[in-house]
Amino acid sequence: MQETITFFSGFSTPDLWFLADAALKTLWISVLSISIGTVLGGIFGWMLHEGKWMAALTVGSILDIFRSVPLIIQLVLFYNFAPMVGLSLDPFASGVVILTIYTAALVSNVARGGIEAVPVSMRKASRSLGMSYWQDLRHIVLPIGGRAVFPAWIGVVLGVMKDSALVSVLGYVELLKASQILITRTQEPFLILALAGAFYFALSYPISRYAAKFEQRWAQ
Amino acid sequence: MFEYNFHWRPVLKSLPDLLQAGLLTLEVAVLSMVIGITIGLCLALMRMKLEGPLKWFAVSWIEVARNTPVLFQLFFFGFGLGAAGVNLPPYVIIVAGLSFNCAGYLAENFRGGFQAVPDTQINAARCLGMNGWQTYTRIIIPQVFRIVYHPITNQMVWAVLMSSLGMMIGFRELSGETQFFASRTFRIFEYFAVTAVVYYVIVKLILGSSRLLSARLFRY
Repeated sequence: MQETITFFSGFSTPDLWFLADAALKTLWISVLSISIGTVLGGIFGWMLHEGKWMAALTVGSILDIFRSVPLIIQLVLFYNFAPMVGLSLDPFASGVVILTIYTAALVSNVARGGIEAVPVSMRKASRSLGMSYWQDLRHIVLPIGGRAVFPAWIGVVLGVMKDSALVSVLGYVELLKASQILITRTQEPFLILALAGAFYFALSYPISRYAAKFEQRWAQ
Repeated sequence: MFEYNFHWRPVLKSLPDLLQAGLLTLEVAVLSMVIGITIGLCLALMRMKLEGPLKWFAVSWIEVARNTPVLFQLFFFGFGLGAAGVNLPPYVIIVAGLSFNCAGYLAENFRGGFQAVPDTQINAARCLGMNGWQTYTRIIIPQVFRIVYHPITNQMVWAVLMSSLGMMIGFRELSGETQFFASRTFRIFEYFAVTAVVYYVIVKLILGSSRLLSARLFRY
């Protein structure tokens, strides 16, 4: 008797590992680009604050482009642009580069807001106590301004974490792409989408709750 | 090093089609914003005024919409409902997904707006002999509208940017159309560069007209 080949097979335990691995990939690409992007965004925000209109014209308008063009278009553009200048980047590296710049563009606005949230009189006071410019920035502006914009920063972080799903357009198999692959094979979209959605939700919901609590405490 | 030759002619030839698709993008974004605002207002009121299952329905809608990726939500309306036997055309999928997402985000904005209007305003309006409907439509809603005007503008921009995900579900709005042409001519970079410019112009037009409108609306 001839063996029949089945193209579709049900959801099994190895598939669960496949999903878990993809979830880790989602986490990894988000953590990497958010941490580099936040540092860059902080620097850009400081430039926007200190540089006045010069910085607003140069850095500000460039970062504005990254906020006004859909992330998916940026990803496709960069992925196809990199080989032209002789870079051969895999989907992961391209995704990290674009997500980092995207994060930096969003964080720069937040960081500038944070610096502006510190009253000028307070900074003058710290300077008259003999602190240098950098000491003032490190010990006065960072703790006070940072706390003021912490919820906004969390908003950016969660946004980028969710938007990292778009890197799948380059063929990077993160959580959502992995679930799409499994759906095609198992034909069980509800189960798999529920698993993927539950992962994002379980990651994002507690953090957003915490940020909301933090904001309430800060407002009092 | 730089050996790539740009070919802009195919892009110029299909520019009318791209602009036409740009209008479709705008149409989808506006439509989902209108639906999103209506549902968002209902969700915000349900969350604040009601108890029991309806309140939990609103809360879970808001939290799922805010804590999962838009792409996941689109997949759900596409694959998920497809498996349940409800096969929706891409246009409906994208409008439903974006409306679902916008409603969740806007509901929280509306809630913040309602909470910012003091309760004494309601008491004062009732003292002047207005009934509940009049109080809401003439006293509360206009004040809330002022507060949520900028968040609505931002959400409108997000709706335009998110509509680019139509590309992932086979809907031929601006991004989908671009991908269609790009994969026919292999001029991927050129096509997506032009599309990025179109998106940038659309976003700037929205922000500019919103600023003009706010200057006209909030003169007092």
